[in-house]
Amino acid sequence: MLSDESKARIERLFLHYPDKRSVLIPALFIAQEQFGYISDEAVRSVAQFLELSWNEVWAVASFYSMFFKRPVGRHVITVCMNISCMICGAKKIAEHLKAKLGINFGQTTSDGKFTLLEVECLASCGTAPVLQVNLRYHENLTPEKVDSILEELEEWKNGRLED
Amino acid sequence: MEKILTRNWGKESSHTLEVYLRDGGYEALRKALREFEPRALIDEIKKSNLRGRGGAGFPMGQKMSFVPRGTGKPVYLCVNADESEPGTFKDRYILERDPHMMIEGALIACYAIGAQQVYVYIRGEFRQQARILDGAIREAYQGGFLGRNILGNGFDLDMYWHTGAGAYICGEETGLLESLEGKKAWPRLRPPFPAVAGLYNFPTLIHNVETLACLPHIVARGGEWFAKLGVEKNGGTKIYGLSGHVREPGLYELPMGIKLRELIYQHGGGIRGGRQLKGVIPGGASCPILRAEEIDVEMDFDALQKIGSMFGTGCPVVMDETTCMVEAAYSVAKFFAHESCGQCTPCREGAEWIRKIMHRILNAQGRPDDVDHMLDLCDNIQGKTICALGDAAAMAARGFLRKFRDEFEFHVRHGRCELS
Ligand SMILES: Cc1cc2nc3c(=O)[nH]c(=O)nc-3n(C[C@H](O)[C@H](O)[C@H](O)COP(=O)(O)O)c2cc1C
Ligand code: FES
Repeated sequence: MLSDESKARIERLFLHYPDKRSVLIPALFIAQEQFGYISDEAVRSVAQFLELSWNEVWAVASFYSMFFKRPVGRHVITVCMNISCMICGAKKIAEHLKAKLGINFGQTTSDGKFTLLEVECLASCGTAPVLQVNLRYHENLTPEKVDSILEELEEWKNGRLED
Repeated sequence: MEKILTRNWGKESSHTLEVYLRDGGYEALRKALREFEPRALIDEIKKSNLRGRGGAGFPMGQKMSFVPRGTGKPVYLCVNADESEPGTFKDRYILERDPHMMIEGALIACYAIGAQQVYVYIRGEFRQQARILDGAIREAYQGGFLGRNILGNGFDLDMYWHTGAGAYICGEETGLLESLEGKKAWPRLRPPFPAVAGLYNFPTLIHNVETLACLPHIVARGGEWFAKLGVEKNGGTKIYGLSGHVREPGLYELPMGIKLRELIYQHGGGIRGGRQLKGVIPGGASCPILRAEEIDVEMDFDALQKIGSMFGTGCPVVMDETTCMVEAAYSVAKFFAHESCGQCTPCREGAEWIRKIMHRILNAQGRPDDVDHMLDLCDNIQGKTICALGDAAAMAARGFLRKFRDEFEFHVRHGRCELS
């Protein structure tokens, strides 16, 4: 079930479009925030609320890479491995992250803190290499910078930084 | 050179309405509403020789004139802020540093074509940028630049932003429309063109963020003035984005038509570590790569097309002598294989085959006829798909294969890179 808050957030968006179906992508983001990922329940709830079929919603959820089909960690780290980043050291950054977190791309640490994903160009090519943590940019990366980002996230997890 | 599109970028809080208004912000809108009939406005834009900054380079004024008038149907403007072409990072900074310039441009465009509603389609990864844009839209409503009876001229306009969710194909204009309608972004067959039957099947104009940001200046200072900033048939200045192995990567606003060499060596400070240049992708990953000896070309749509490449988004990716071109080509091939939307067989299958073959060459499993096989695949993709993603995948791969064939063959023969 979508929470009342999720429903209210989706309903506010109805006003922007002549057709309710247009809110499907934003609605899936709202559902993902509530359920943590696009679970079967998330798909069913969104479908019911927007009066669409399960198939219509799943076709969209499965098409877009920012909808998680499995549970993810608290911090989703997305690393650009495209051309400008690649030639400016993204592989070294990726290897460093994998070694530090002990996981590969597509995996989540066993404590559920971090998910590491490879993504396409993040429009940050002039400040390569680059990653995002929960869609926040970190640019001009070095292994040292990656270390301090991870340290900060650990503190965050322990409740010392504002979420 | 005078900065036009980036003139506010150095100022503190440049993204706010207050700062935008300080130097004449929204005066061009006022002028457009008071002094121009919509048709005359389109004529003025035609004079500017402004060509689309999203990659295709179509003349803006001409595209505007395709939108039918007085049909009684709703008319839409969609702003393409999906910016996902590898190597390209300019729209992001317009959104971060001066969103009002784009908003004012969108307002002018809507007045010219009689649109009542704007959707800014912004890629899902731009969460921070969407927040800034959201603030700017609110300010514009509060300032009386959006909403009802704008500037007392009886002109009404609403603007909303809409998030994408991680798919390059949403930058393709009809994929964008499908996505905005809540569907997977499978591009539409044309005709009908969006200008006639676009969003919800109504007339729709689609423009890139940077293209729209040019409009306030064209209105304020005239189409001819704008045209003269650039070169023949390529008016204005451009926000070039340099990335890769240059000393000073970043954004440079310079006239259309400057030499690629000048951009790299004078503005970008040349190649890092004093190394030699090897190749440049002139305008985002879709554009065929150039060899070092080809960089005396002008950065404009026509000059680059003449030498078999493309201007694209005007954001060159610079590669020095230490770059393995097979690896670079693989990176680009992987992008297109991943981002093919899956609708057309030649693109879906062909882009993946190219990726796989490049992968095996990189892993010392290349076969003697692999290069020709890939060239053949390119011929079987290009021109055989609904949208231009297939063309881009083919042209990009063919560029690497033709310009650096030796390197591919060395890899195939020796199972390693000649640089290692
Ligand atoms: C696969 C593909 C991806 C595209 N991505 C973008 C994009 O991210 N941003 C953009 O402005 N145009 C993009 N375009 C170009 C658009 O289809 C369209 O030409 C452009 O938005 C028109 O605006 P303009 O005339 O102002 O350039 C893309 C085209 C293709 C074929
Ligand atoms: S290539 Fe990494 S941000 Fe563009």
